[in-house]
Amino acid sequence: MIWEFNFALFLFLVICAIAAISVRNLLSAVVILGVYSLIMAVLWAEMQAVDVSFTEAAVGAGITTILFVAALSRTTRRSKD
Amino acid sequence: MKQDVVIRTVCRLVVPFIQLFALYVIIHGASSAGGGFQGGVIFASSFILIGIAFGITDARKRISEKFTVLFSATGLSIYAGIGILCIIFGGNFLGYSFLPLPLPGPEIRGLAAEAVEIGIGITVMAVMTSIFYDIAVDEEAA
Repeated sequence: MIWEFNFALFLFLVICAIAAISVRNLLSAVVILGVYSLIMAVLWAEMQAVDVSFTEAAVGAGITTILFVAALSRTTRRSKD
Repeated sequence: MKQDVVIRTVCRLVVPFIQLFALYVIIHGASSAGGGFQGGVIFASSFILIGIAFGITDARKRISEKFTVLFSATGLSIYAGIGILCIIFGGNFLGYSFLPLPLPGPEIRGLAAEAVEIGIGITVMAVMTSIFYDIAVDEEAA
């Protein structure tokens, strides 16, 4: 556990979370959500939870991103709200 | 959908390695990190990669809907079958040590846990692939 490394990761995590809900382009939001999942996976591994980290990397960063992109191909790319 | 030759060749090269890694994760699930769910997701991602690289129509031809339905039922049957077999031999649901195999106790438990992980992996692989088929839209139809 290196606290500076963890602190930087947490900072990136918060920035990614805020960016994912505030960006207008939905494809960008999906990609930022994938980055969020990847940082979260590294953080889980830092917290000695390798199994959870593995699941986060496979499901959060892999399958969820692909399913969101596939769902995005059925709708418009820009948010309207 | 005709993709670039580089993309198609790289996907064709990389898919067997993804599937081998998924099988490794499933088999080593009980003793180290990983397990049936994670391995199944990685296995499904190899099929999804085929779907992205060669188009959904071509992927549906290779891995049909009937295949996914059949395999999701098969994995669930493996899981529930081992659990109910343990009840029949006098234990709880998934109480592995009651299985009458000619092996010492810990080995029976490890073997049955691996079989259950394989069942989970098959089901997750089939269901994830079928979810992708349902959500993704055909390039020609759109």
